[in-house]
Amino acid sequence: MTKSVLLVGVGGQGTILASKLLTIGLMQEGYDVKMSEIHGMSQRGGSVSSQVRYGEQVYSPVIEKGSADLLVSFEKMEALRWLEYLKKDGAVVVNDHEMMPMPVIMGQAEYAPDIIDEIRRNCANVKVVSATAEAMKLGNGKVMNIILLGSLVRSMGLENIDWEKIIRDNVKPAFADANVEAFRVGKSLV
Amino acid sequence: MKKLMTGNEAIVQGAWEAGVMVASAYPGTPSTEVLENMTAHKEVYSEWAPNEKVAVEAAIGASVAGVRSMASMKHVGLNVAADPLFTFAYTGVNAGMVLLTADEPGMYSSQNEQDNRNYAKAAKIPMLEPSTSQEAKDFMKEAFDISEKFDVPVLVRMTTRVCHSKGIVECGSRSESGKKPYVKNAQKYVMVPAFARKRRVEVEKRMALLEEFAEKTPMNRIEDNGSRTGVIACGMAYCFAKEVFGDDVNYLKMGFTNPLPSKLMTEFLQGVDKCYVIEENDPFIEEKVKMLGFSEKCFGKNTFPAYDELTADVIRKAVFGSEFETIDYDKSKVVPRPPALCAGCPHRGLFFELGKRKNVMVTGDIGCYTLAQGAPYNSIDTTICMGASFSTGHGAQKAFDLKGEDMRVVGVLGDSTFFHTGINSLTECLYNNSRTVSIILDNRITGMTGHQENPGSGRHADLSEANIIDIETVCRALGCKNIRTINPNDLKAVKDALDWALSLDEPAVIITKYPCVLKKFSEHDKKAFPDAYKSKSVVDSEKCIGCKACLKCGCPALYLDRETGKAAIDSLQCVGCGVCEQICPKQAIGKEAR
Ligand SMILES: Cc1ncc(C[n+]2csc(CCOP(=O)(O)OP(=O)(O)O)c2C)c(N)n1
Ligand code: SF4
Ligand code: SF4
Ligand code: SF4
Repeated sequence: MTKSVLLVGVGGQGTILASKLLTIGLMQEGYDVKMSEIHGMSQRGGSVSSQVRYGEQVYSPVIEKGSADLLVSFEKMEALRWLEYLKKDGAVVVNDHEMMPMPVIMGQAEYAPDIIDEIRRNCANVKVVSATAEAMKLGNGKVMNIILLGSLVRSMGLENIDWEKIIRDNVKPAFADANVEAFRVGKSLV
Repeated sequence: MKKLMTGNEAIVQGAWEAGVMVASAYPGTPSTEVLENMTAHKEVYSEWAPNEKVAVEAAIGASVAGVRSMASMKHVGLNVAADPLFTFAYTGVNAGMVLLTADEPGMYSSQNEQDNRNYAKAAKIPMLEPSTSQEAKDFMKEAFDISEKFDVPVLVRMTTRVCHSKGIVECGSRSESGKKPYVKNAQKYVMVPAFARKRRVEVEKRMALLEEFAEKTPMNRIEDNGSRTGVIACGMAYCFAKEVFGDDVNYLKMGFTNPLPSKLMTEFLQGVDKCYVIEENDPFIEEKVKMLGFSEKCFGKNTFPAYDELTADVIRKAVFGSEFETIDYDKSKVVPRPPALCAGCPHRGLFFELGKRKNVMVTGDIGCYTLAQGAPYNSIDTTICMGASFSTGHGAQKAFDLKGEDMRVVGVLGDSTFFHTGINSLTECLYNNSRTVSIILDNRITGMTGHQENPGSGRHADLSEANIIDIETVCRALGCKNIRTINPNDLKAVKDALDWALSLDEPAVIITKYPCVLKKFSEHDKKAFPDAYKSKSVVDSEKCIGCKACLKCGCPALYLDRETGKAAIDSLQCVGCGVCEQICPKQAIGKEAR
């Protein structure tokens, strides 16, 4: 059975590194893996997504609406934006963090205060993770993405893969310890 | 060894294994990473060219002189490069030459959705369409072999989804077959009419041989699953079709798509009762199916859209009328998140001032500054193609003047665009004495496509130091008498320069010179802009009256605090450009060291 994991967020939040590490681990585990991302304007603060699919043989790298097993959102509004991609009985991991889109900054729209409630009302399996706040506690806001990777791994039951080695092999040595620590925190949060 | 690679990385791997020695490109999503990744291979000479035409010409020269070469570009880049390509198709190659085009079904970051397969047909050259990363690597090697075997440049057509998706690729080692001796041969390489007429005949002979090749190559294959329903598909659409139909239909998987194999297609079509032709964009294969006399069995653009990607859900809906069930929720709570100029973007100051002008038309161009089209600037009136701003502005100014309308035209383009085709565009204004204002937004880098070096940025593709071609000097050399270079973060300087330029009745150039926030500074930048991005700004909530004037500059780091009703600055994003400070009527925003 092919599994589909959708990682979404705002350009610059580090979805690309998280999904890269995820695909490396899955490949090492012997899965066929496909990943797709659209990142043309990602550095300009737009909505971004990385789609990861794995299984025995995977044809399409693209997740269809209504077919993701897990939605991992690095920002609250983005979770709601992409929720229609989730399977009826799929799971959500959402970072409890808000980033204001330009229409909100310009006063043309409101950032609804009850985004998480709206997700919970329509989806049974929702885990809210304070990844940004936990990353700040670790002294480096940027490791938020690896915290969420930890939560993702736990949610998909992929703990048997040697993620800590994969992290060490793929991030700058100076940040390896911080990222490994972040990964552990992320696993413990779900 | 097996590796996870994007299609673009796999293209590089394939070209490298094929012994490519020269790679030239101009950036453009989704093709940019091809050249970027090539710079890691030191055996290959890799370069950014100022535009696609020049890139193709450099690759042609390398091929004729006797090394395997390639040029890569986004789909619209091939419009710029079409001229050399069409004649190189006549001369043919010495060492193999491959041209990579990355098309954009879905237009994720493009101004149109043109299908460049039509170029292969029009130029009469072979074309390969990989579906996966593995194929991208394999086809690239094939492409070089075909190029030499048939004495012809080869077009490899990628799409965004193939370029930017990752899959597992089996990697090999480099062959050193990339070199050929150079032999002078005017009859082959000098396309005066007398010689071109002879080569023209060769082109047709070669096409016949290539069609025979297309019948036999494993790049075109039938997958017989014993069904009476057939699917002909190519590129990523093949992967999407497999996702939907699995092993329930017969497939004709097409990887070599120009010229198309009549016999193979006929054999396949005779064996099925109906056939879906699943290809993104134009009915390129479908037209051939119909020409072969199978119109009645054929379900193509009458079933699937001619635009956007043909993802599995699109195919599913078109064929079965069904979709997966989705979660229902209140979508009105979802606020759009359009891309915006970064916090501290050096384009902001200019558009904040320009947006305020009345009776001014702004002809735009393609780069990060295209984002000034939206709120809060609403500044840009036209965007057509790279380099078009100054020349469309020139035409527009003439039109207003002829009609006797009180309108002035301002054109805007970036430094990379200036070197691309903007110089020609400015020449038009200067030669024909346009009273337009031409503004060059010199942020010292090619921003939009992810920060590639250019002839003005001071570095080459491999980051080695380069001669800086100075934009002001170029404008002067072209004969422009009215030039001002300003710092766009100084709003008074921007306003004064606009007043000055609009007061003139002859061509004027304004250069806004300040590095992009995301540029990795060169040594030269560090010296030229010692204070850039060394501070951040904060709002003094005692002084702030919550008037929201600062928010009008559209910086994503600024917001109104819901609780206090006062302005606030996200310190993670702010880089202290100081634009908002100059707008605040209460001097409530000040600097803090970073
Ligand atoms: C013919 C063509 N080639 C390439 C592109 C892709 N492209 C879009 S914007 C851009 C560069 C813009 O750089 P610059 O003018 O320096 O502006 P900046 O984004 O840095 O503000 C490129 C290469 C294109 N749209 N058309
Ligand atoms: S990348 Fe540079 S030029 Fe583009 S919006 Fe950001 S700061 Fe401006
Ligand atoms: S100084 Fe003001 S305008 Fe500039 S980046 Fe900071 S908040 Fe934005
Ligand atoms: S412009 Fe000045 S006073 Fe007005 S909201 Fe902004 S910081 Fe406050």
